[in-house]
Amino acid sequence: MSELLVQERSVVVPGEALAKGMDFLPGDNSYREKDQIYSKVLGLVSVSGRVIKIMPLSGPYIPRTEDKIIARVMDITISGWRFETATAYSAMLNVRDATTRFVKKEEDLSQILAIGDYAVVKIINVTSQNLIDLTMKEPGLRKITGGRIISINSQKVPRVIGRQGSMISLIKDKTGCDITVGQNGLIWIKGTAEGEMKAEKAIKLIEAKSHLEGLTEKMEKFLGESA
Amino acid sequence: MVYSKRVDGRKIEELRPMEAKAGVVKNANGSASFKIGKTWAIAGVYGPREVVPRFMANPKHGILRCHYTMMPFSGSGERIKPGRSRRAQEISMVMELALAPVVDLSAFPNSVVDIFVELPQTDAGTRCAAISAACIALADAGIPMKDMVSSVAVGQVDGTVVADLNYNEESYPAIVSDIPVAMLHNSKEISLLQMDGEISKQDLIKALELAKIATEKVYQLQVKALKEKYALEHNEDKNDRQ
Repeated sequence: MSELLVQERSVVVPGEALAKGMDFLPGDNSYREKDQIYSKVLGLVSVSGRVIKIMPLSGPYIPRTEDKIIARVMDITISGWRFETATAYSAMLNVRDATTRFVKKEEDLSQILAIGDYAVVKIINVTSQNLIDLTMKEPGLRKITGGRIISINSQKVPRVIGRQGSMISLIKDKTGCDITVGQNGLIWIKGTAEGEMKAEKAIKLIEAKSHLEGLTEKMEKFLGESA
Repeated sequence: MVYSKRVDGRKIEELRPMEAKAGVVKNANGSASFKIGKTWAIAGVYGPREVVPRFMANPKHGILRCHYTMMPFSGSGERIKPGRSRRAQEISMVMELALAPVVDLSAFPNSVVDIFVELPQTDAGTRCAAISAACIALADAGIPMKDMVSSVAVGQVDGTVVADLNYNEESYPAIVSDIPVAMLHNSKEISLLQMDGEISKQDLIKALELAKIATEKVYQLQVKALKEKYALEHNEDKNDRQ
């Protein structure tokens, strides 16, 4: 007889027993040993059918293909740029993935992106060794000019975006800022000085209170008050 | 004379009063403070991040690096020279070995997780406090771990097996042994076992049995510290709603 040992949405620590018996299956961030399933990270329990997974409450960003991230140029190589990604790994952007126009052989690449520039880029490939390839050739992907960049824990990014982007569009509406959220936890805010300050405060508040249900209404109140 | 009454009046299996808190260093990816009696350890975890120097990087899995330091004023008045010493280097190494069996860095090749432990105040049992603090900090940083490691010293003072020796007991004028033990919670595997002094075979077996109970108490506190941090966020939310 299988039995669930923890409640849905409760906080568990690494090594905590989640379920007994063979009827449950270990999902993300959990593992089976003999007939028990244990958690592998600090996180919230989520049970869907027979699968138990743990949603981490903290932790590093794990690069995935198709993720839009914000990164900083750390070096220029012969064939492109090397980016810092706010992870342990740097990423490569090849010249042919950087721009649609023709780049001559002897052209100075720092005219397109200089060292220290930030850009909104998309991950097109991640190898088993976490080598990352980037592209900047799609709509919305570009070099960052003006505004400010703030950094949050990457595990809180989904809460900042909200369901179908509800949270982020709320902040955009109320502050009049352009906001781009990178999956790696870097966020680009561009607008008026006051708007940027307000948006930054709002995002930091979401990061701190990301557990709350009904966060959108709360944010509506916060943004309404300070308007 | 038999050692029947402990110098600080504790029962033989009683630990010193403990306190633990997660998330004390906001800059770090994960952090913890752990106090046991007068011994106090603060741990900060950074990473996974790029390995410097590069030759240390392992392409198969991430590495764990510990830095143990006693603060200059942490002893009983005599200034402790800051920075690396033979002793600090050894303790850093045994800490790495004690935590290695639980930490799973296979998803982060060529990276490093740095654990810095500082001890603002010391009264024996520092490596145990350091390991217990480091383990809370690692969990707080969201590093994948298959289990928790809890650590406490046991030993023998003049023929009596006791748990969690303080400095006065370690320097008791008789035959004394001090055995720091780190144990995994689920499997009860021992990941740290060192000894100073002398002990008989029977007493050693007795001491290790005692270590099982003692580390379990530390584990309960570690779990409480971690759950409190995130439960606190829940409560703050509730207060705000009212």
